[in-house]
Amino acid sequence: MIVKNAEVVFADGVKKADIRIEGGKIAEIAPSIQGEGIDCTGLTVFPGLIDMHVHLREPGFEKKEDILSGSRAAVKGGFTQVCCMPNTKPVTDNKVVVSYIKNRAKEVGLCKVHPVGAITEGQEGNNLAAIGAMKAAGAVAISEDGKSVPSAKMMSLAMQYASDFGLKCLCHCEDGALVDGGVVNEGYYSTLTGLKGSIRAAEDIIIAREICLAESLSLPVHICHVSTYSGVQLIREAKARGVQVTAETCPHYFTLTDEVIASFDTNTKVNPPIREEKDRLAVIEGLKDGTLDCIVTDHAPHHFDDKNVEYALAAFGISGLETSFALSYTALVKGGALTLCELAQKMSANPAAILSLEGGAIAVGAPADLTIADLNAAWTIDPKDFVSKGKNTPFTGREVYGKIRYTVVDGDVKYSA
Amino acid sequence: MLKHKDVLGLYELDAEEIDEILTVGMSMKKLLRQNIKKLPHLQGKSVTTLFYENSTRTRCSFELATKYMGAHVVNIAAASSSVQKGETLVDTGKTLDAMKNDVIVIRHPMGGAPALLAKTVKAHVVNAGDGMNEHPSQALLDMLTMRENFPSLQGLTVAILGDIRHSRVAKSNLFGLRKMGATVKMFAPRTLMPAEIDKMGAVVCRSREEAVEGADVVMGLRIQLERQHGGNFPSLGEYAKFYGVNEEIMQYAKKGALVMHPGPVNRGVELTSGLIDGDTSRIEEQVLSGIAVRMAILFLLTKEEI
Repeated sequence: MIVKNAEVVFADGVKKADIRIEGGKIAEIAPSIQGEGIDCTGLTVFPGLIDMHVHLREPGFEKKEDILSGSRAAVKGGFTQVCCMPNTKPVTDNKVVVSYIKNRAKEVGLCKVHPVGAITEGQEGNNLAAIGAMKAAGAVAISEDGKSVPSAKMMSLAMQYASDFGLKCLCHCEDGALVDGGVVNEGYYSTLTGLKGSIRAAEDIIIAREICLAESLSLPVHICHVSTYSGVQLIREAKARGVQVTAETCPHYFTLTDEVIASFDTNTKVNPPIREEKDRLAVIEGLKDGTLDCIVTDHAPHHFDDKNVEYALAAFGISGLETSFALSYTALVKGGALTLCELAQKMSANPAAILSLEGGAIAVGAPADLTIADLNAAWTIDPKDFVSKGKNTPFTGREVYGKIRYTVVDGDVKYSA
Repeated sequence: MLKHKDVLGLYELDAEEIDEILTVGMSMKKLLRQNIKKLPHLQGKSVTTLFYENSTRTRCSFELATKYMGAHVVNIAAASSSVQKGETLVDTGKTLDAMKNDVIVIRHPMGGAPALLAKTVKAHVVNAGDGMNEHPSQALLDMLTMRENFPSLQGLTVAILGDIRHSRVAKSNLFGLRKMGATVKMFAPRTLMPAEIDKMGAVVCRSREEAVEGADVVMGLRIQLERQHGGNFPSLGEYAKFYGVNEEIMQYAKKGALVMHPGPVNRGVELTSGLIDGDTSRIEEQVLSGIAVRMAILFLLTKEEI
């Protein structure tokens, strides 16, 4: 198969090229290649997008999402690889669950699904999970996502032990005692709504803790879904002095501010919470200067019933796989913060590098994972169109640019529109 | 007639609506003073009070308000625990709607619950207090009490002292009083002062004296002992000493300034007994204003249909 007449986003620039795919790999890249294929005139080809932070909910919460519906949402959103977090039921803290997810994803056969194992058994913070066995079964990282490991001691042990297996800790940063039941950012809008607020320090303190551990131990660490301006600064300073820290953020942190909570719309409830304009701008600045390495969705699908309740009772999370590319392209590339190449780094190359995944670049010999988008296509976000079971989005009605036309995984078209 | 289907808070009501409620409320209060407790305004209407939080005075006040105007009233005291398990608020609302309730009065420990209910049901929803969000009928009764004692709310200075962070009463008063042209000064321990309330028009003060200085009304807010588990201040004794309002502090207020409190009062904590029982106290007067203003709210909400 040949991908023809496309603008191709290479690591070093965007060029017109044809791409020949053979045996699931990129076999040839040349200005013009003869043969059967997809005519991509007017379209842009990205290295297959990688979302290193999603929740597929299976096993255990199939009412919210399962590996099939989540994979469909992924390829519709242009993602060829996703990493799914371990807060399943049972918790992904052993090789059996890791294998189950891998096998089920293979049966589904849409995108590549990489399980992330728990750091501690049952995500309870007491004993290390079977990190070696999970790695052997295919886990690509460990994380306690949804919360932090309460004890710094336990976290330091996890980072050290995981390093023996070449695994990184992906750290959800939240000081539970400081959050103390807070559900939104503490500020004007928490006071206005009377919803319990959580101050930035609740996130920053654990970001700082993980940085200190990584620095003390000379080990790498990855900070999840950074939402605060002060957290961005902590990471920037750590990088500047050589700490092996990488970090991610999500589209809702660079497109929304906390005024969206004023209507008590529970689709705006997410953890960490949507913060203020200075945070939003700092997150964009962090993406621009390389402090923040990746854009992830933290895709957190929920059933309607989980959100159709009092704000304080509603589940945290945003269904993000189907809107991430368009939101990111619109806000960051059209917004002038990033080039197309930089966007491809944040959404493909960097996640691949951080987790040592194959892919992340369009190059001869690489897996033929491609995301082909029409960047000029304008569309309006409507959760009714989502294939994810989770219709929970705060972006309903938002106009965006960038529509995925083809998602190619290992040379097979897994989605087209 | 109100422009809104529901009374969820004073943040969304405009000055005209607030004025109308207060005007009708004052007429109602006049009738109550004459011991007239049989009015036809809500005849044939059904009102349900749905309380997910303990309340004696507010629930009782709403119940009497409906009864004095001839409505059928049903009181549901839902244990707080049933918020977490069992029927959802949305489903409860649909059931009450199906029973042809005209008005649902809801109190709930979580901010925004009345808004969720209002979105769900055809019935008019009256917020009787939701979490740390709003308590509009309380603020309206406070304003009604003030209006009876002063020529106008315009230009009045009201000092609010106490647990402002957890107080829906403080916020509703702030929104309402600002719309009516009053100045609202606030003082609380830093641990009990919410973020950026100054941006909502409050004058945030750094001492009791500064807050009470030149005030026409001094309002104490209940220190909600059940919410102080985290140690927002060391002890009630220390609170009373450094944050309570006493006769000495009242010297900074205008001569004859009124003392108010939404109740129930912790005597000797927010206010001294001398102030509570003194000539300038309007705390008991607030209670009757409560029934009157709730009568006004219920009447104005259902008036279009009569």
